[in-house]
Amino acid sequence: MGKYDVINTRARRLDAPDKATGRAKYVDDICLPGMLFGAMLQSPLPHAEILNIDTSAAKKLPGVKSVVTAEDAGMVKYGVSPARYDETVFCKDKVHYIGDEVAAVAAIDLDTALEAVSLIKVDYEELPAVFTVDEAVAEGAPLIHEDFPRNICGEVHNEFGDVEKAFKECDLIRTDTFKNKRQDAGFLEPNGCIADFDPLGRLTLYSSTQVPHYVQRIVAMVLGLPIGKVRVIKPCIGGGFGPKAGTTPMELIACLLSMKTGKPVKMNYTREQVFLFGRARHQFVHTMTTGVKKDGTLMALKNKCYLEGGAYTSFGIATVYYAGSLLTGPYKLRNMKYDGYRIYTNKPTCGAQRGHGSVISRAAWEQQLDCVAEDLGMDPLEFRLKNVMETGDTTINDLYTSSLGMKECLEAVKTGSTWKEKRGKLPKGKGIGLAGGFFVSGAGYPIYRSDTPHSTVTIKLSDDGGNARVYTASAEIGQGSDTTFAMIAAETLGIPLSDVAVSSGDTDFGVDLGAYSSRQTLMTGHATKRAAENVKAQVLAVLSEQLDIPAEEMDIKKGLIEFRNGNPDFEGLRTRYLKEHRGWTDHPGGDDLTFREAARVAFLEKGPIVGSGAYKPGDLGGKYKGAAVGTSPAYSCSAAVVEVGVDMETGKVTVDNMTDAHDCGFAINRTSVEAQLQGSLSMGLGETLFEEVKFDNKGGILNADFGEYKIPTALDMAPVDTIIVESDEPNGPYGAKEVGEGAILPTIPAILNAVYDAIGVRIWELPLTPERVYMAIKKKKEEQKD
Amino acid sequence: MKKLIQMTINDTDCEIAVRPNQTLADVLRQELGLTGTKKGCEVGECGTCTVILNGKPVNSCLVLAVQADGCSILTIEGMQTDEGLHPIQEAFIDKGAIQCGFCTSGMILSAKSLLDQNPHPDDKEVRTAISGNLCRCTGYQKIVEAIKGVNE
Repeated sequence: MGKYDVINTRARRLDAPDKATGRAKYVDDICLPGMLFGAMLQSPLPHAEILNIDTSAAKKLPGVKSVVTAEDAGMVKYGVSPARYDETVFCKDKVHYIGDEVAAVAAIDLDTALEAVSLIKVDYEELPAVFTVDEAVAEGAPLIHEDFPRNICGEVHNEFGDVEKAFKECDLIRTDTFKNKRQDAGFLEPNGCIADFDPLGRLTLYSSTQVPHYVQRIVAMVLGLPIGKVRVIKPCIGGGFGPKAGTTPMELIACLLSMKTGKPVKMNYTREQVFLFGRARHQFVHTMTTGVKKDGTLMALKNKCYLEGGAYTSFGIATVYYAGSLLTGPYKLRNMKYDGYRIYTNKPTCGAQRGHGSVISRAAWEQQLDCVAEDLGMDPLEFRLKNVMETGDTTINDLYTSSLGMKECLEAVKTGSTWKEKRGKLPKGKGIGLAGGFFVSGAGYPIYRSDTPHSTVTIKLSDDGGNARVYTASAEIGQGSDTTFAMIAAETLGIPLSDVAVSSGDTDFGVDLGAYSSRQTLMTGHATKRAAENVKAQVLAVLSEQLDIPAEEMDIKKGLIEFRNGNPDFEGLRTRYLKEHRGWTDHPGGDDLTFREAARVAFLEKGPIVGSGAYKPGDLGGKYKGAAVGTSPAYSCSAAVVEVGVDMETGKVTVDNMTDAHDCGFAINRTSVEAQLQGSLSMGLGETLFEEVKFDNKGGILNADFGEYKIPTALDMAPVDTIIVESDEPNGPYGAKEVGEGAILPTIPAILNAVYDAIGVRIWELPLTPERVYMAIKKKKEEQKD
Repeated sequence: MKKLIQMTINDTDCEIAVRPNQTLADVLRQELGLTGTKKGCEVGECGTCTVILNGKPVNSCLVLAVQADGCSILTIEGMQTDEGLHPIQEAFIDKGAIQCGFCTSGMILSAKSLLDQNPHPDDKEVRTAISGNLCRCTGYQKIVEAIKGVNE
């Protein structure tokens, strides 16, 4: 047996039986008495002045209970980052993209609400619009937001070290430009919500959100309610991956309609509206110049990036920082200059998606590093190993790695993939490629400036002592966080996992910043551990009094009390317990005092046994502008080797297999860690090979559906050999750090590098459609002929 | 004008008046409270609304309720028996094949349909059988392992 009884095992997920039987409740599965249904009117034009809104016909339609516009909602600005609040519930004077919200209706059923929406008449005067970065920044281009000249939403200029000086010392310098396409997160559950404003003036919002805490604050701020009167409850949610980490206009509209009508109001996005809301991966164009010495020493990186961001900021300010700041690991980079620009366009808004901001810069650079290695005549794996960072290293932009098993990840995929046997020895059309990654384990600071704990957890024992319930506002979005916290609580308390229950996703249960920046295992895990330690100490303190044995001489393991100096006479306690449970058939027996008996006695002596814990990272990061973005109490790292086959006649790429190693610090649940790796690689595969949100020339989405926006099916996805690397993170609970997001980082570049190995030509634009690959092969053939 | 239809749902006879434009998915969810059937796209692309109709898996968002008149339907709620969970449900739970759970009902029903015809499918056969059921969380690997393991 290992050191632990519960954690580091393959325990079944707590929520799996409900999800396997259809019992699990998602927001659209909830019905409240008297519930109304809401629908929104969204702009059909990408950029236009609103001249007039006529709601009279809609209001007259039988069954309509409320019609609202900006007149009713007010013009309080909100968004994600307080520095760039640029959204309002409804547009008043102009619309900024096809999909911008103009009005909404609540009615007795959805059909009536939709019919009423169709009766709202809006007079627009169309304005010139911009759809690309080049159009948006052009001299004299129309401005989407008046205060942002040349439509620059945000820009970042950082230099660490002296890049130009370093380039002078380099033996090899190369520049490449790489671009991706806009992504959609492709979660299967469309966003939905039910707002319920009750007669006592309290607002409860059930929503498919990753961040109940932030939604609570935004709803209160925009609608003018005290935060304490707003409660956000997250039921089961069908995936998030980033775009559900902000407040939606729909959430605010449902709340407004409920306040207007005094009835619960349900709203759902259609799949098309999910695409219109957007907030997934930006389009990035990176131009990178990397310099090395001939022995392979990595000297300097100059990185210039443009992000096409859409109509609003959302997470965009953080995104433009992340696109630079996370390239400083996991290889020792001595000098780095970064210039990033996020640009507004008249298209749906981009935001955060798994691996926030850093996925495309990572893809670009890891492909370029392979080019550099080739130019130097070095094996790409050996080149990375030569520059690899180790535990205790600090990056040039002041990110401290308190654990970093990157060398172990590289070695693991080298062995696991039989890299040496395959590299350079595969037939034409087959290729093998490698890449690495580096990611935060939770953002170092909240999105709004605050001294708040990032996570609080309360654990309450049932009065019979037979159950511990963990209360947390954290967001189980499918990643398995509830089970993780139950396992941490069970291990810390010393009781079986079956005696722990979790209530989560409710702002009444405390503060938790939610599921973003891959933060929950480390941060909420810490708070859970602390709460459990507190509860355990309370139980042992009572026992100490009752048995006159110092608490330090007792422990709890597997639901039993362990006495260092042998079991004392506890018959008095057992009798006391048994007397209260006449008629029960499951009396505690045996030679050892059980936790149940001890916890019952603690309740009798002290009343409810409730313990709490909180977690907040220490002060992190440097002093330069933007230093907070990229800070984290811990950093994960990863490496992947991918094998592909390319049909040289059609350009079709098939991923044959993937070997992936990820340093998660310590695996609380081994099955869940593997599951995150497999899911990340699948999402990365889709982004590399097929996924692209396409637009017509008026800013309308051409493929806002799963028929034409293709995410991987079971037939597309290759088997993944997952390798868990455990570096024992000192800042993590039981040594744990993130896995949910960081695992995606090596996937795209590993495929790119494998495709190059297969066809001998580099492709610098995603996705790798057969057409793009075929044209690249053809161009190379023609060049060879010349 | 509503039409009265009769269906056998999870071995229970049911008579219900439906609007001619109501989908089977909506009737199951909204009229009968069988919310284990999910709606992810409403146009037959994601597979989350998969139910078994007269022995065959269908996207219930593409079936009008009136078309199901006289049919026998199995939804996720009907998989469990008096003896407990169905072995496919057990396998999904045991192998970690469930994350957000939104695809799970449809996946399990597609898996049942496959295993009823082919109790020992190989990897390719499993992947083909569930290729109409999208999953964004798992990368399918643990789902495939679960389905292959049911009768092993």
